[in-house]
Amino acid sequence: MNLMEYKYKDMIHRCFRCGYCKFPTDWSDVTNCPPYARFRLESYSAGGRLWLIRAWLNGELEWSPNLANIVYSCVGCKNCVEKCPHSFNDDVVNMIIAAKTAMVDEGKIPKAVGEFLTNVQLHGNPYGMAAKRREDWMEGLNLEPYKNQEYLFYVGCEGSYDTRAQGAARATAKLLQKAGVSFGVLGSQEISDGNEVEMMGEDALLEDLAKKNIKMFTDLGVKKIITLSPHSYNVFKNRYPDFGGEFQVYHHSQILANLLKKGLIKAPEQADARITFHDPCFLGRWNEEYSAPRKVLAAIPGATFAEMARNKKGALCCGGGAGNFYTDFLGGSEDSPARIRAREADETKANILAVACPNCLTMLEDAVKTEGLEDKIKVRDISEILTA
Amino acid sequence: MYELKFDPDLCMACDTQDCLVKCQHMDIDQETARTEILKLADGEDSFVLRDCVTCYACEEYCPNGNHPFYLIVKMQEELGMLPLPDPLVKSGVQVGIPFRGEPVIDEMEGTVLNMGVFSPLLGRVEGSKLFEGLPVISHDSRKMFHYFCQLMYLHYGKTSVINERLDGIIQTLASHGAKEIVHFHDECYGTYTSYAPAFGIEVPFKSIHLFEFLYNRLLELKDEIRPLGYKVVYQRPCSSRLSSDKHPFVAKIFDLIGVEYMDREYKDENAMCCGATILGQKKEGSRVYCAEIQKKNIDDMKKAGGQICVFNCPACMQTLGMPVSKAGIMPLFMSDLCRLAIGEKVG
Amino acid sequence: MSSIQQELVNIVGEDYASDRREELFTYSKDLGTSQPLWPEYVVAPKTTDELQAVVRLANETKTPIVPLGGGLTLAGLALPQKGGIIIDLKRMDKILEVNEQGRYIVVEAGISHGKITSYLKKNHPNLMHSEPGAPPAATVGGNLAIHGQGDLAHPYGFNTDMVNGLEVVLPTGDIARFGSCAVGSGWYTMHPLPDIGLFLGWNGATGIITKVSLKLYPCKKFRENNMFVVENEEFVPDVLFEISHLGMAEDLIATSSEIPPMMNRLHYISIINTGDSEEELEFKRHMTFDVQLAKYIRSGVGGIVSLYDERTRPQVSKSADWKKGGGFEYVGAIVPVSFYPECYRRGSEISGRHFIPYTVLGRVIGSCHSMMFSWSYAFNRADDATVKHARDALHETDELVMEINGTIWKPAIFGQKLMLERMDQGALRLMKEVKKILDPNGIMNPGNWEVD
Repeated sequence: MNLMEYKYKDMIHRCFRCGYCKFPTDWSDVTNCPPYARFRLESYSAGGRLWLIRAWLNGELEWSPNLANIVYSCVGCKNCVEKCPHSFNDDVVNMIIAAKTAMVDEGKIPKAVGEFLTNVQLHGNPYGMAAKRREDWMEGLNLEPYKNQEYLFYVGCEGSYDTRAQGAARATAKLLQKAGVSFGVLGSQEISDGNEVEMMGEDALLEDLAKKNIKMFTDLGVKKIITLSPHSYNVFKNRYPDFGGEFQVYHHSQILANLLKKGLIKAPEQADARITFHDPCFLGRWNEEYSAPRKVLAAIPGATFAEMARNKKGALCCGGGAGNFYTDFLGGSEDSPARIRAREADETKANILAVACPNCLTMLEDAVKTEGLEDKIKVRDISEILTA
Repeated sequence: MYELKFDPDLCMACDTQDCLVKCQHMDIDQETARTEILKLADGEDSFVLRDCVTCYACEEYCPNGNHPFYLIVKMQEELGMLPLPDPLVKSGVQVGIPFRGEPVIDEMEGTVLNMGVFSPLLGRVEGSKLFEGLPVISHDSRKMFHYFCQLMYLHYGKTSVINERLDGIIQTLASHGAKEIVHFHDECYGTYTSYAPAFGIEVPFKSIHLFEFLYNRLLELKDEIRPLGYKVVYQRPCSSRLSSDKHPFVAKIFDLIGVEYMDREYKDENAMCCGATILGQKKEGSRVYCAEIQKKNIDDMKKAGGQICVFNCPACMQTLGMPVSKAGIMPLFMSDLCRLAIGEKVG
Repeated sequence: MSSIQQELVNIVGEDYASDRREELFTYSKDLGTSQPLWPEYVVAPKTTDELQAVVRLANETKTPIVPLGGGLTLAGLALPQKGGIIIDLKRMDKILEVNEQGRYIVVEAGISHGKITSYLKKNHPNLMHSEPGAPPAATVGGNLAIHGQGDLAHPYGFNTDMVNGLEVVLPTGDIARFGSCAVGSGWYTMHPLPDIGLFLGWNGATGIITKVSLKLYPCKKFRENNMFVVENEEFVPDVLFEISHLGMAEDLIATSSEIPPMMNRLHYISIINTGDSEEELEFKRHMTFDVQLAKYIRSGVGGIVSLYDERTRPQVSKSADWKKGGGFEYVGAIVPVSFYPECYRRGSEISGRHFIPYTVLGRVIGSCHSMMFSWSYAFNRADDATVKHARDALHETDELVMEINGTIWKPAIFGQKLMLERMDQGALRLMKEVKKILDPNGIMNPGNWEVD
């Protein structure tokens, strides 16, 4: 790799490593960068990572598997972008993604990342599962394939294959049916949206997926898309236009909030529920949607709501972004971000930890179990709370 | 160098001497007013030079289209009686020095928007229907001082700085090629339509006042206006004294967007200065006087029952925005109020 | 794996000890102009027990150890001059106690100042501590090891004057406590016990601070930045003296810099006034501007730039990007307030010689008892020539401080040598003895405050 080819070669040295990137908005701790929270050695902070990347690019450091692990431990949560005081802050995560791209180009990526990307390329999903099993989640729901309905409900890989996330997909579909929303699904035709692929630096594969999806959506006449995952929402909304795909994209939290407002669905009374909410990074920091999921939760009669100390722009990521729900660079410790988050949710005395992202759902459910909190707090997608 | 076109004969023949008689900050009878303004026109010293708070108002009060305020400022400099302490003058003069590279000159046609030195406020206009189809001259806030109209130096007694720099600024603006420029700040408008002609400085483009533009634009968007129903008070800035013919647009806009323009003491010609430049003046008691007039102004807004205080000038907003808001009145730029009226959100 | 690495893993677990190049790299460089110096290991203990075990291991194997807090000194003070183990203390970051009426907080020393600020704001809004001028990632222990100063310096002095109790791990691995906490369980005072001032300001060369009781101070509801300006630098000491006579300002800082032009050859004096009500604030404004500084305004040589502005935390690191270059380093000196004019003049000359826009700052410490004066030099990390200019400018400035009889604050190794060369022989002998007694194997941050 030649420094001259790196997109941010005139910028990356500007990081001062002052450490603002470690903090949430209220300065409450240095642990708001998920990999830094997990490992606590400077290399794992956003600044440390930028300095390492620069050293690799200018030949001060050789590539090594450990270097790749450190770079790939960034989950793209954008906390650093939020907190960096410099004028180049918007590009902090981009600089890291570009380094991943350089590693992809050189074929020097961690094994788990390679598996993820290969699976997506070969099977259209990171799990390497068969396309026909994408329909497993729909069983018994009597859903229509997309054909000129008002909305396409794009479920995404986690909602389709992950047994826990399937619950959120089913709950969302039921709510849409109940409200009489005109929508269809792609079933086994659906393929990965490409968001994580891009976060892992595989530009070419993103382009390939985006073009395939755009062609499929366009051929089917899709105009409006509801996504289960904020990750899909992000890439459809912000990246597909670059490849010629212009759709009206909605995250399910936005649709659900609207249906509740219009009275087309009604939240069941839950007098014993004390709910806290974990902001997904790709809904919050990436797309600044903090209110829709909270509106959904506010509509539940009888329930009380408690914010976690770190919330909205200052929320700590569950650690599952950029494919980490699969690659798991941050797992295996009580300082794994999902476990920290589970404990923070418990501190609010909530008995429901609400999420609005299938990645967060699986990451946090596992963490709650590992922390031994499953009797005290249930992890639920907002759609599941509405169908309780 | 440019010379002020001031005609003492007009003052001689004037039967009101409103320029100084109406002054809110000096108590002057007509006789004294005549003597003092003629002394100034003759290049002589006058207590007016020391007591002037540089609120621009006399420029509007003059019934003859003469330029008493420009004269006062010119004489403050010529006689070495600047209203502000020297380091504040130096700091002010240096503020306007561009230091972040040269501007990029994009070729533009038709009517364009000039943010002047307020390009950091660009977010308030971009993406709004009100400004749709109106290209912005410079988006780069680092280049804002290349578009700085310099008129602020009237508060500093520094006509020479304005006259030194204004040609270059006009050239930069003109080099974009647009024939008509809407100025976000009416101090810019005043510079190119009042100050420049008064000093014989040529301006090769037509200037449009923001409020006139907003009014006409709102007429085009009339169907989208939802009357807001608020009671509003208006903080009229010093720079508006240079474009009093455009002041009626305030009431016309309020009428169009369905807000109630509350009557109050410090309204129209009797508007009260925000105090920004009075604060630091070297005259004894300026700080306290500044605090007093600010309090009077805000008390007056409250008494009038204003729910929203509409600002024209970003400097007034910076000075009074916080205390106004502490008084329970929401400070809002005119452009933002208009945006609300057509159903847009403002940050 | 080396045996030391294995031992470190045994002590803290494999996630928090590393001898891998990628993790060591970041610790081989600091944020300033220092040349990289590589450690052989980095370890991040969570508890005092773990830390003691690491120190004992180092002592037994005669391996140098370098304690590290936020790593923000810029002057290479946490770089391993002689290799060894970097001990990153930031996992030792618990808040142990707040005594509201006694106005103190007991913390583990690796805690960031940002965390304390946030905690107090949420839980004790009527109390505050002194946050240094550094970014909020700076740690309490690191700051005390270098005699830091920050907010509240004008009324209360250095951060090291605000210590109410101390726990230290000695180079042998033993623990020692100082202050009332050494006698009983309370952390409420350092007095009236015999003075054993052996750890503050030593850059960690005598022991590692693990727990601290910090004094807290009243936090008023409103805080405003009032700015005064003069052109003639000779006026600055008197302006500061006049304001400090009132004893009301929470912070008092004079600055001047070439960029932006508004600051060029002018001296801005930031006066932080606070109050629980508008009446209190207005009284302070009145005393400051209408009484103490009226003579300057009247004569036209000083002026009020702005009042009522909110105090925003300085984002010092932004200075690093003036040249889009990601770097700056400064020399700080502790000098009498009267030195301001000369420090400014000579400093701007040094900057000029090295093609760096000058930036100087003087913060009053105590009631004009002294001032921390800093000369900052920005550089472009990607341009070696600018790094060299900054480094040379720093050395020239160190020499300047010596020439004018100042004292270099948190000196880099170069500055330490200059100070030791001039130091009183009695003090020098005592420093040497102390170091020998406390650290017989010379393992504690060797190279720092080393007396030959």
